[in-house]
Amino acid sequence: MFRFIVRRLLQLIPTLFGLSVLLFIWLHRLPGGPETAILGERGTPEMRAQIRRNLGLDEPILVQYARFLRRLIKLDLGTSTSTKRAVTTEFLERFPGTVELTLMAMIIAIGIGIPLGYLAARRRGRLLDHASVGGSLIGICIPVFFLAYVLKAIFSEHFHWFPSSGRQDPTLGATRVTNFFLLDGLMTREWDAAADALWHLVLPGIALASIPLAIIVRITRASVLEVLGEDFVRTAEAKGLTENTVRRRHVLRNAMLPVATSIGLLTGGLLSGAVLTETVFAFSGIGAFVAEAIGQRDYPVLMGFIMIIAVVYVLVNLIVDLSYSVIDPRVRVR
Amino acid sequence: MTITAGKKREKLDRLSELAARQDEQGVSLWQEALRRLRRNPAAIVGAVIFALFVVVALVGPFLVPYSPTDSMGIRDGLIKPGVIPGIDSAHWLGYDHQGRDEFSRLIVGARQTLLVGVVATLIGLAIGALIGGVAGTAAGLGGRWGRWLDSTLMRFIDMLLAMPSLLLAVSIAALLGPSLITVMIAVGVVSVPVFARLLRGSMISQSNSDYVLAATALGVKKSKIALTHVVPNSLAPVIVQATLTLATAIIEAAALSFLGLGNQNSAIPEWGVMLAEAQPYLGVRPGLAIYPAVAIIITALGFTLLGEAMREALDPKLRK
Repeated sequence: MFRFIVRRLLQLIPTLFGLSVLLFIWLHRLPGGPETAILGERGTPEMRAQIRRNLGLDEPILVQYARFLRRLIKLDLGTSTSTKRAVTTEFLERFPGTVELTLMAMIIAIGIGIPLGYLAARRRGRLLDHASVGGSLIGICIPVFFLAYVLKAIFSEHFHWFPSSGRQDPTLGATRVTNFFLLDGLMTREWDAAADALWHLVLPGIALASIPLAIIVRITRASVLEVLGEDFVRTAEAKGLTENTVRRRHVLRNAMLPVATSIGLLTGGLLSGAVLTETVFAFSGIGAFVAEAIGQRDYPVLMGFIMIIAVVYVLVNLIVDLSYSVIDPRVRVR
Repeated sequence: MTITAGKKREKLDRLSELAARQDEQGVSLWQEALRRLRRNPAAIVGAVIFALFVVVALVGPFLVPYSPTDSMGIRDGLIKPGVIPGIDSAHWLGYDHQGRDEFSRLIVGARQTLLVGVVATLIGLAIGALIGGVAGTAAGLGGRWGRWLDSTLMRFIDMLLAMPSLLLAVSIAALLGPSLITVMIAVGVVSVPVFARLLRGSMISQSNSDYVLAATALGVKKSKIALTHVVPNSLAPVIVQATLTLATAIIEAAALSFLGLGNQNSAIPEWGVMLAEAQPYLGVRPGLAIYPAVAIIITALGFTLLGEAMREALDPKLRK
């Protein structure tokens, strides 16, 4: 187990190196540069050249890349060209928001998806089955930003049940410790701040959960159907085990492997790509920030954020792989 | 790569492998699949939506009551700040924010939407099938160079597969500037890895079949076997995937339009752009967003139903 983890972490190094080279070339090929974003259309060629010189963009690309690597070893990702703050600071401020949002969405998706998928499989061909299969198809086909707008229009602008934007009411003056607003509120015992942060997560969480929920329902259903046909389920039922025991010990446990795989992939995807939901709810996370950084040609932010996202993606999948051996003792990670 | 990524790969490879198995009774794979499609109500619903959408896209522009670009509502002074007239007998879905007939725009928009979906899918299919085909052929030819080419191409595809697709699309749009063609290319490139993996997997499982052995025994050149026997027999899962990709392409194109990277010329109506443009007027006339959104959802649903039914029809494990 330990050797498996170490080897997987070592494999990260060449992957990251390849990714950083590709990213660097790709980003510097984008037309325009940070100087266009900073000056707009008005800047004179001299002003543009000056900014490029200040940012070190006039040097050969190899020199620039070497400088990036040298800084990276010291865990310094440079300074954002648009906000003038350290990339690591920006990341530590925004990433917790995305993590909270992703966890909220996955709790909703897993909490509803697995039971619903199980019930649909158990009642195959009945109304609940058709409804959940149909519902999950629609869930995949709804554009996420449209769903987000509809939720916002109904539950926040019409009924005023939930806040329409942001991560927390700024007038609360909540104390910041980790930038995980919910966690901060609990740690500092500012219960109202914690509740407010949680409240802000509900609508974007539901919007973001739509696609993962649909996928989890479908995979759980398919997987449970396959397991239900196995001999050991019939044996378990025949030897008089209660339905509860059969469900927990025999069916769900064996059906969870593919579900765990997709949960890992989905979580990794959400951590990196909640661009649409974050935009609609003006939720300060990394998705909308990275999309904006592309427009601003903010090279340090793009390099830094995408590299860290890649690391997180690999780590999430590592955790999923480790979870296989917990779910199914026959799987031995080596 | 990771076990997880491996699972994702396995899923794709399995699909191609399933399609590779030929029916023993002399009925061709496609005849058998078609027979089972006809008995599947979901497939019929999907096919009807699909056909309806294509017909509207083809003949719709000739049938609409008004020009989709005529700002008649502004000319007649009907559009004021905060007022957009709704449904009446002459304008079935009312006006849009620029006083144009919403119903006409929706019908004409089907053509652009279909175009975006089809072109994006074709781009993904062409590049993906090329890479997958080369990798599959190289793997089939074997030898040191064949294996090297195959694994190099596939590592590249794995990296694309691991990139967040929307970020990839956004950065392509940044490279090319906002336009409808950008959207097509961006959405197409995102679907490249899926097609590449599918075709390669399908080809590899095909090369283990008896007819390849027979052709080899007859002394047919390996490269000729790959091109004239293996490739045509490996296309089934790729075609199924293309149907499913059409649905996601339309949705992803709408997302790019929403982020302001789509068509800047709103004279040509397209559902994704219409949906994106309607956002500021949600409080005044929510219908302006709901109509194109519902059109997108129904179309995507039709493609998905049809694609899933085709996938099921091609899966021998589900045959009864």
